[in-house]
Amino acid sequence: MIPIPAFLVVAGILFGIGAIGFLVRRNVIVALMSIELMLNAVNLTFVAFNRVHAEAHTGQVFAFFNIAVAAAEAAVGLAIVLSFFRLRRTVRSDAGDLLKN
Amino acid sequence: MFGHYDPLELIFFSICAVLAIGGALGTILFPNPIRGAMSLLFTIIAIAGMYLQLHAPFLAAIQLIVYAGAVVVLFLFVIMLIGPDSNPPHDGRGVVVRTIGAIAASLFVLQTILVLSHKAVGHLPVAQPGFGSVDAFGALLFTDWLVPFEVSSFLLMVSIIGAVAVARGKQPDPQAEPAKADEPPAAPKELGAATKALKVQTKTGAHA
Repeated sequence: MIPIPAFLVVAGILFGIGAIGFLVRRNVIVALMSIELMLNAVNLTFVAFNRVHAEAHTGQVFAFFNIAVAAAEAAVGLAIVLSFFRLRRTVRSDAGDLLKN
Repeated sequence: MFGHYDPLELIFFSICAVLAIGGALGTILFPNPIRGAMSLLFTIIAIAGMYLQLHAPFLAAIQLIVYAGAVVVLFLFVIMLIGPDSNPPHDGRGVVVRTIGAIAASLFVLQTILVLSHKAVGHLPVAQPGFGSVDAFGALLFTDWLVPFEVSSFLLMVSIIGAVAVARGKQPDPQAEPAKADEPPAAPKELGAATKALKVQTKTGAHA
């Protein structure tokens, strides 16, 4: 039986990598993928803690709804990326400066 | 801490952990977003393997179907639709944001050390035979969690319509007057500014 902290450590590292990717990368598509990484890390944490409290499925059900919301978010986010690209001919996030000044 | 564990489980977990972290690093480090999406696929498959180890086979299947089968493919669609412009040069931000990223990274390393030193969650209860199975999950989803389940279907519906509406953009209206339809489409803002500058230049050139 692998100890739960091992899963939590992997989830924490994944979330950290996702957060850094979202902060550092300028490509909007890569930023969206970093968000997916963070959501996956959170799901892994939910499932790992549900293994500790195995008398109910609450964590797993929450992870399930999380996956549904993440799929919806990816669809809408990529649609916005497409619309942004049509407007600006680039996917660099600092090209989105219509509200500047 | 890994002294008295089943070696097969340990090997499986190690492979999953290395794949997950390596894939995550690849996702944010590859300049080419297609390689990033492929690395994200590795991470997702590795996390599905970890779900299997945590007695969540249904979630592992859902993870593979929804993430590997739908979300990553959607990312690849968009990357290929955008084409070579999806890999703009000069990626990466300034010193301030990089410093914030480094602080965040060190905070998470600190957090992992804290979690590792915490022994309270070390003892695992024995899982029930049907724990995490499709039967148990389905029974819960249609009894205790029926309202969130229906709300999530509504959310997916709204996001489908929203994605279509946003990605489709402005279509030429078939009911519009023919005179308007013959006009060239409105130029983007930068293009308009460039033509204006060009006009000013030609005007001044004519004056000179």
